[in-house]
Amino acid sequence: MIVTILNIVIAGLLMGGIYALIAVGFSLQYGVARVLNVSHGEFIMLGAFITWTLYTVLGVNPLVCLIICGPITLIIGFLLHRTLFTHLRTSSVSFAAFEGKSMLASFGLLFIIQNTAILIWGNPARGYTYLDSSVNIGGAIFGANRLVTLGFALVIGLVFYLFLARTRLGKAIRAAAQDPGTAGLMGVNINQVLAICFGLGALMAGFGGVLISMCFSTIQPAMGFQYTIIALIVIVLGGLGSIPGSFIGGFVLGLIGSIVSYWQPALSLAAYYLLFVLLLLAKPTGILGK
Amino acid sequence: MDIGRVFSKRSFVLGLLLLLLILLATSPLYSPRYTVVLLSNIFMYIVITVSWSIFSGPTGYISLAPAAFFGVGIYTSAILGKALPLPAVIGIGSLASFCLALLVGALTLRLRGIYFIMFTFGLVELLRHLLLFWECTVMGRRGRIVIIVDNTTVYYLMLIIFVILMLTAYLIRRSKLGLALQSIGQEEEAAAHTGVNVTMVKVITFAISAIFMGATGSIMATKWTYIDPYIAFNPLYSFMPVLMAIFGGMGQLYGPVIGATIFTYLEEFLITRFPYYYMLIFGIILVIAIAYLPDGLVGLIGKLWKRISARKHAHT
Repeated sequence: MIVTILNIVIAGLLMGGIYALIAVGFSLQYGVARVLNVSHGEFIMLGAFITWTLYTVLGVNPLVCLIICGPITLIIGFLLHRTLFTHLRTSSVSFAAFEGKSMLASFGLLFIIQNTAILIWGNPARGYTYLDSSVNIGGAIFGANRLVTLGFALVIGLVFYLFLARTRLGKAIRAAAQDPGTAGLMGVNINQVLAICFGLGALMAGFGGVLISMCFSTIQPAMGFQYTIIALIVIVLGGLGSIPGSFIGGFVLGLIGSIVSYWQPALSLAAYYLLFVLLLLAKPTGILGK
Repeated sequence: MDIGRVFSKRSFVLGLLLLLLILLATSPLYSPRYTVVLLSNIFMYIVITVSWSIFSGPTGYISLAPAAFFGVGIYTSAILGKALPLPAVIGIGSLASFCLALLVGALTLRLRGIYFIMFTFGLVELLRHLLLFWECTVMGRRGRIVIIVDNTTVYYLMLIIFVILMLTAYLIRRSKLGLALQSIGQEEEAAAHTGVNVTMVKVITFAISAIFMGATGSIMATKWTYIDPYIAFNPLYSFMPVLMAIFGGMGQLYGPVIGATIFTYLEEFLITRFPYYYMLIFGIILVIAIAYLPDGLVGLIGKLWKRISARKHAHT
């Protein structure tokens, strides 16, 4: 009994770590840059595929890939925001119009990135194994790579929190999140800061992709969208725009998923959506939302 | 004289539309089978796109629920196709979509902006996964066989739905309801203060637009022989109409029609030969249309036309 509970809880936390990492990036892009980035999952897919290529072709350690994939997705995200989304933001008549437009534009990006990846890597599932020895935690058995992933997710989350709380750029980001107009008047280079936020969101996705490719044996060009949906559910759960909320929400969703799949595996996705729809109806502001 | 010109212009447009309708109605008699199938497909996308833009065009509420209503129509057809004649199936399909839209609308139209978008998207996924769970665990088999109907019947049914929809869309634009919808799109609070029953107007229009999606679903299902939740509730059917309407331009009634026609044709042309390039091009066009064509193709042509005619006037 205790082992079962331990199994469920640890599995939930392990999953939750990845969810939290993905959702924090997504939340940063929506909460500050105001882009509901439907193509978030595609950056995860890019991270996973670049890692796969580096590991299988050049033999680069997947953990080293973190410092390669992260900057790549960061730069792509930054450039995308500087060109496409800044143009949309300055040309939109209202805030709501920008939200709608940027969501649809990111949907276009989803198709562009995903199909470019198919053209490069082909459609079949790929995979590699790394650190797949098992670890025994009080009777519950888990892969070492899952634990490493959780550790990295926690560290990345913590570092990011410190970055937001303690650095000058972090302060600028928080100011831009509260009110982009006023932040601009106070001397924050708003286009730059929003683009950095978008880029950082993509960086998180890239990290997520590296860790996901390490944990799950198969990766595919079409894998991104499911993670976007998970991120979407998590940020609604945690409160739109609240970064600590999405971090906590990730773990909560991981636990919920783990409990439901223990009881009825086929229902776990349906349960996520049910939770999502009910949350939007009953408490759209989420756990930590204002 | 001015009135005479307006009248003649109007009768010219009416005559042109009538001619087009006669051409479309007689086309199965002389055109190859492939054309009929292609035209039915074009009608399918036009109906979904135009009915989407009835509600979302003027109000600015981006609904990603078309796939839900379309899917409900498809499943109605799959479940009742054997037991009932096709017109009854279509009727029930549209009614089911209408009821679902009423329920969803009443529940969610107080959500604004991004929350509404996310909810409508979640709805499609929820329906799909619940259905999938139901089929896999309770019924023990995934998917259903649909009774096939011949292409010409499908074509004529789609043509009828298309004509009814265009008339409805036209009348709504011209009516008080259309005006109310536009005022909601511009400033919802102000609309409420000027006496528009905001919730009522939104829910009713949302439900009316769902009728046509449901009807289309139950007709088009007969072309697929086999359906399962992944086919019926494919989120692509939610995003396609949005793209087509934006690409065509929502300022005019014929904008979404043009957008849907061009895209369906492009799809037919590219998807069999270069499926990945098709989706890639699809994405690029979507991004470009959103970034640089705020009023769509129709708006662009209108702008060019104005420039040309302005030049003409300047010369004379």
